[in-house]
Order: sequence, then C-alpha cells, then structure tokens
Amino acid sequence: VSAYLDSATAAPLHPVARQALLAALEDGWADPDRLYGASRRARILLDAAAESIAESIGARPDEVIFTSSGVAAVHAAVLGTLRGHARPGRPTRLVYSAVEHSAVLNAARAHSDDGGLTDAVEVDSLGRVAVEAFARAAAGADVAALQAANHEVGTTQPVAAVAAAIEPVPLIVDTSQTLATAPEGWSVLTADPRVWGAGPGIGLLVVRTGVRWSSPYPEDERRLPGVPNVPAAVAAAASLRAIRQSQADDERRMRGQIERIRAHVAATVPDVDVLGDPVERVPHLVTFSCLYVDGEAVLSALDRRGFAVSSGSSCMSSALEPSHVLVAMGALTSGNIRVSVNPATSDDEVSEFLGVLPGVIADVRAELGATGL
Amino acid sequence: VNLDSLHLDCRGRRCPLPILELARHVTDVGVGGLIQVDADDPAAGPDIRAWCRMRDHEYVGASVAEDGTPRFTVRRRH
Repeated sequence: VSAYLDSATAAPLHPVARQALLAALEDGWADPDRLYGASRRARILLDAAAESIAESIGARPDEVIFTSSGVAAVHAAVLGTLRGHARPGRPTRLVYSAVEHSAVLNAARAHSDDGGLTDAVEVDSLGRVAVEAFARAAAGADVAALQAANHEVGTTQPVAAVAAAIEPVPLIVDTSQTLATAPEGWSVLTADPRVWGAGPGIGLLVVRTGVRWSSPYPEDERRLPGVPNVPAAVAAAASLRAIRQSQADDERRMRGQIERIRAHVAATVPDVDVLGDPVERVPHLVTFSCLYVDGEAVLSALDRRGFAVSSGSSCMSSALEPSHVLVAMGALTSGNIRVSVNPATSDDEVSEFLGVLPGVIADVRAELGATGL
Repeated sequence: VNLDSLHLDCRGRRCPLPILELARHVTDVGVGGLIQVDADDPAAGPDIRAWCRMRDHEYVGASVAEDGTPRFTVRRRH
C-alpha cells in the first residue's frame, strides 16, 4: 500500500517523457551551436522541441526560451521584463498577487533590494485576487504578475479579466499548475514541466513578440546564458503533447478524485478547514488544515505508511515561516496537508490514502494531548 | 471559578502548541472574558486568527509584550 500524492510539485516521469529523454540523450548531448553533425542533430532536436511546445501553448517557436527549472523561468520572467521596462532616472514598479509562487516573491525582493518598487495585491479567503483591486494597484505600474492557478490551494485566478483591465501593463502568468495553458492576454508565460511528468532540469519561459524583455543575467550569445538541457527540452515537449491529447478525460477523472478527497476529509476529520475554491480550481490538487496538528508529524506518519504528500506548515520551511499563501488567505497554517494527483493516479490509491488519513490525524492529535477540545 | 482574563505564555513554543494552549484554557475565562497569548512562533498570529474563526471566538488584536514578544488577544464568545 503506497501512493505518490505530490504531483503538483513533480509528477512521476511520463512514459512518453522517458522514451523521448532516452532517445534525446543519444542525439542531443552536443552543443547545438557548432558546425558539425552532432551539433546539427542537437540543434534539430532543440528547435523541434521549441516548435512543439509553441504549438501546444499557442505561441511562436521563437518566443519559447528554455531555462534550467520552473523557478529559474519565473526569476528570468520577472527580472527580465522589469529590465526591459527600465528607464533612466525612474524606478520600475512590479505588481503581483500575494499568493504568487515564492519564486515571484523572491524576485520581487531582489527588485526591491535594487531600488525598484513592488506592490502585493491581497486575496480573499479562497486565495483569489479581485480584478478591480489588481487593476487599481497596477495602474501606472511597469510589470504585473498573476498565476493562472494557485499552487498550494488550486484556486484559479481571473487572468483574462486582469490582463484586459491592466492593459498596457505586461502580465507575467505562471502556468505551472495549468499545464502551460493560460487565457489570452498574457505577455510572458512560465511553466514548470515537472508537473506534467517531464522530469527535472528544464523550465519554460515564453515571451510574446513585441514585449520588452531583456536577460537580467550577464551577457551571453544566447537570450539566457548557457546551453539549454536539450534532452530535457525534448522530454518536456513530448510529454506536454502527450498529456494534452488525453487532457479532458484526465481532468475529469482527477477532478472526481479530488472532489472525493474534499468530501471525505470534511466528513471524517474533525476540526478541519478544506481550503481553496471548491469549484473554480485546477482539477488535481486539494489542501486542508487541521487544528491541533503538527504538519511535519502527519507527513512523517504518512511517509512511514508509504504516502507522499506536502505541507505549507512552517515546520516544512527552512526559515520556519508558515506558507505566505495560507497567511494571505487567513487560513490555518499548522496541520496543513496538500494532496495532488496526476493522470496515472488510481482510484484505489486515493481510497487507500483516505483509509489511513483520519487515523493518522487522530494519532498525531493524541500524541499532542489534543483530545476532547 | 471563571476568570475575567487570563495570560498564556507560549514563548518558545512551536505551532500548533499556542492554539492548543488557547483551546485548553479558553473556558478558564467566562464568556466575554479576554485571553492574552504571548507567542513568538511566526505562525502563531495567523493561526490564532484562524482558530478564532473556526471556533467562533473573537480575535481582538495583536500588540507587543514588554520584551517585544508578539501578544495576541482573544475574547471568549461562547
């Protein structure tokens, strides 16, 4: 009995990604910018990967830039778009939602340390920004960032309405939890291909033609320094294409599994807060917080039983700070558990998890002496 | 005997211990009574607020103890 239920961090390697990766390791190891056969083979693979990804997300191949990770893509998106909008004698201003991925918050802090201006837009208890509030904050700003959906609670954001309301301010949209799909209106798109089972070592940065973006790193002959991970790019492209083909069916099944978890947790675990929008959300993840529970103890107990989940509780961060997403929502941060599935997750795995969860929570509470409260 | 107010020292205690203390002692004060919790865990503030919402008590606000430790005040509602 075991189940991997942390696919919102990284899904297990998709069979198509594995196949593509192995083939591309044979042919894609050389530098793609040299004048010999091995280089040309690597170049062909890299260009084909960019074309395939561009087609999957509705972009042009020359708008696709490969980075080393999803986090690196977000850093390059935020700092590079700010750099592209820099003007002498005037600090640039970045506006972002308070529940963006920590990569956005960390890039914002770097910008602010460099003398730039930043504004975080608050969210409601479901974790969603209000279009009007975002638009007010973004008036006169240089760059804005809003995720397609929240990575911790799954709530989708009003990206299309925000993009229209803040025009002409360019909008950076992180699509890591929506398989690189975003409504129209984005200027810069980022994604973490691990979430669709592409494996580590690759991130996606897509800059719309005409959007002013300039690498925030030391100059290089490429748009971002260094040779991209060609085999990982091929794996990301192939698995994105594969996962798009069965997306509607997969999402229906995952939505059902998550709905089952939401209902079962609320019914069988006392003193629990199931978080995020119950309807307007991504299909594959759910988060809940339990009163009088140490998140780390739950994760360890579940791990001992073979279940992998994640947590936004402070015990899980090196700085011992609670998740900024949960704090921004006014949600309980302790005893927080995020469960996320992928298209290969079976209903039996979900059942097994639901079978052990209430007992695990009760044990952790009993250990803390939190009974009868 | 219910008290009018109560002070809980949760310095150095990691979450979820501060809200656990709060839950154990909320009935030590009468309905309408105040409980002050001194807690330095960064999660204590958000968690005490969330506890009040989930348990239907009133989160009165945050201040600072003499030694700089964050202090949170809660009013028992029921």
